Amino acid sequence: MDGNSVVGEAAIRAGCQCYFGYPITPQNELTEYMATHLSKRKGCTFIQAESEIAAVNMVFGASLAGVRVMTSSSSPGMSLKQEGISYLASCELPSVIVDISRGGPGLGTISAAQSDYFQATKGGGHGDYRTIVLAPSSVQELADMTHRAFDLADTYRIPVIILADGVLGQMMEPVEFKHEPPERLPVRSSALRGAKGRPRRIVKTCTSNPSEMEEINWSLYRRYQLIREEETACETFLVEDAELIVVAFGIAARIARGAVKNARASGLKVGLFRPITLWPFPSNKVEELANRTKYFLDFELNMGQMLEDVQLALNGKGEVFFYGRPGGVIPTPSEVLRVISRHYYQKGLK
Amino acid sequence: MEKVYSRPKLLKRTPFHYCAGCGHSIIHRLVAEVIEEMNLQDRIVGVNSAGCSVFAYNYLDLDMAESAHGRGLAVATGLKRASPETIVFTYQGDGDLAAIGTAETIHAANRGERITAIFVNNAVYGMTGGQMAPTTLLAQQTTTTPLGRDARLEGYPIRVSEMLAMLRGVVYVERTAVDSPANIRRTKRAIRKAFQVQLDDLGFSLVEILSPCPINWKRDPLESWQWIGKEMIKEFPMGVMKDLTGQKDAD
Ligand SMILES: Cc1ncc(C[n+]2csc(CCOP(=O)(O)OP(=O)(O)O)c2C)c(N)n1
Ligand code: SF4
Repeated sequence: MDGNSVVGEAAIRAGCQCYFGYPITPQNELTEYMATHLSKRKGCTFIQAESEIAAVNMVFGASLAGVRVMTSSSSPGMSLKQEGISYLASCELPSVIVDISRGGPGLGTISAAQSDYFQATKGGGHGDYRTIVLAPSSVQELADMTHRAFDLADTYRIPVIILADGVLGQMMEPVEFKHEPPERLPVRSSALRGAKGRPRRIVKTCTSNPSEMEEINWSLYRRYQLIREEETACETFLVEDAELIVVAFGIAARIARGAVKNARASGLKVGLFRPITLWPFPSNKVEELANRTKYFLDFELNMGQMLEDVQLALNGKGEVFFYGRPGGVIPTPSEVLRVISRHYYQKGLK
Repeated sequence: MEKVYSRPKLLKRTPFHYCAGCGHSIIHRLVAEVIEEMNLQDRIVGVNSAGCSVFAYNYLDLDMAESAHGRGLAVATGLKRASPETIVFTYQGDGDLAAIGTAETIHAANRGERITAIFVNNAVYGMTGGQMAPTTLLAQQTTTTPLGRDARLEGYPIRVSEMLAMLRGVVYVERTAVDSPANIRRTKRAIRKAFQVQLDDLGFSLVEILSPCPINWKRDPLESWQWIGKEMIKEFPMGVMKDLTGQKDAD
């Protein structure tokens, strides 16, 4: 199965009851999968919305009604969704948003890029809010993280973004689904469906009271701190004795992994560090690695967006080199290996 | 003595924040009365929008959610699709429903979403201080049309009800006003009917209500009522624009 369809199937198995989307390449297979498979299921709905703005607001409505709901898009569409994501965050409405990103800015290209890192991790919409951002790097992970995204969204009442890219979305790989679809679709206890037998509920973002606004933001902030402590995730590969560690996420991490293996084969002590959650960013782990290794190479399919987070995490404790390609063209592992070797020898690490 | 009229229970005992003579307070009351009379309070959710009525949940004792400016009908769509048993209504102004939310409005209506829209047309943006709305009359002065709306520069007032009536998903659209006791009663009947359309699972329904905004019209409440009857209904004639229910109203 292609990565996009895998996300769809995993969502259905996670109990996703509603999907609202608007076509955009390279994620159309996901929208089409939901049209074909989700709408067949009892109690489930698929709508091809009139725009990404409408789709994300339909997500808002379905989440109000207490069900698991998802939308997906790609870069230009994600820009349109930002208004809704800010409102979802403010109203603490669980939701899963998949960004199979492409090259930009503007209409850009449909091939892979990682140039939406800033937008996904730093807000994108207005206000002091965060979203959890998961960055899979294989089709199997697309499946697993889709499931996890729904759980995280419900646990923390927060929108969760899965940030993948065109290559992953189109890629075919064997995949194992670890869950069966639930027989009965759950409804969250906080749902808005009419105030039968209980006091009415209101879900709002607007307040004319400055101290109420402050309290809302404090409460969101405390939740974000908790997520930082509990849910930060990363993966390391051959870092124990590494003299140089490549930092990369998503599809770039996959390329980097190949480069690291080849480097090892030629005797270079190189490791890989891959953030799995881009927000919260695994800063502590980077700092910890800097106690053992002085040199880092940040590799991304953009011109250095995650680099800022790596530098912040290192806080001067190590030296970071950067290698980026601005997206569209996918570099090979040997290209990355050449960059690794250059820095490795220049620093006299051999 | 028999009590023939009282405050609907669903209308909370909170003083309205609306200006004196504002139509929103009357319309809130009508919505509360209808929901109470139809006994829908246990299964209804209201979606209100940005605009003067953003605080509607302070007055209506119902499950309610706010939506981003213009997105009410998309939010309502998601809610209704996720929970078809719930009765869902939006409460929107003209800036909200007919400017920033035009796409959401047309498409929810065209899909025939089982939603009831209460559309308050006061021909201006109230909340932000009286700027031009898509429904502002020709020659009407607003803060952004200080010389009066000029069709050549600002286009024509949008007739939302007529426009929506053309869409096949729409089952019932009526335009009423709250400028006289008779029209207020008529508005209430229209709201009731619009909810009945949803209860009967027929399709989309909308009531457009011509409503005064004395502050921004720079008229006192009485003159505002008269202005609706004299000027506004020339551009926005009252009446049933579409009714596929087959049940004619009493009037
Ligand atoms: C995206 C966005 N743009 C602008 C605004 C500011 N805004 C709030 S209400 C409003 C217009 C409201 O007018 P209308 O819908 O006619 O309602 P009324 O206040 O007249 O009842 C505007 C422009 C906003 N809240 N959000
Ligand atoms: S500004 Fe107009 S619409 Fe708003 S409360 Fe005052 S009278 Fe009503």
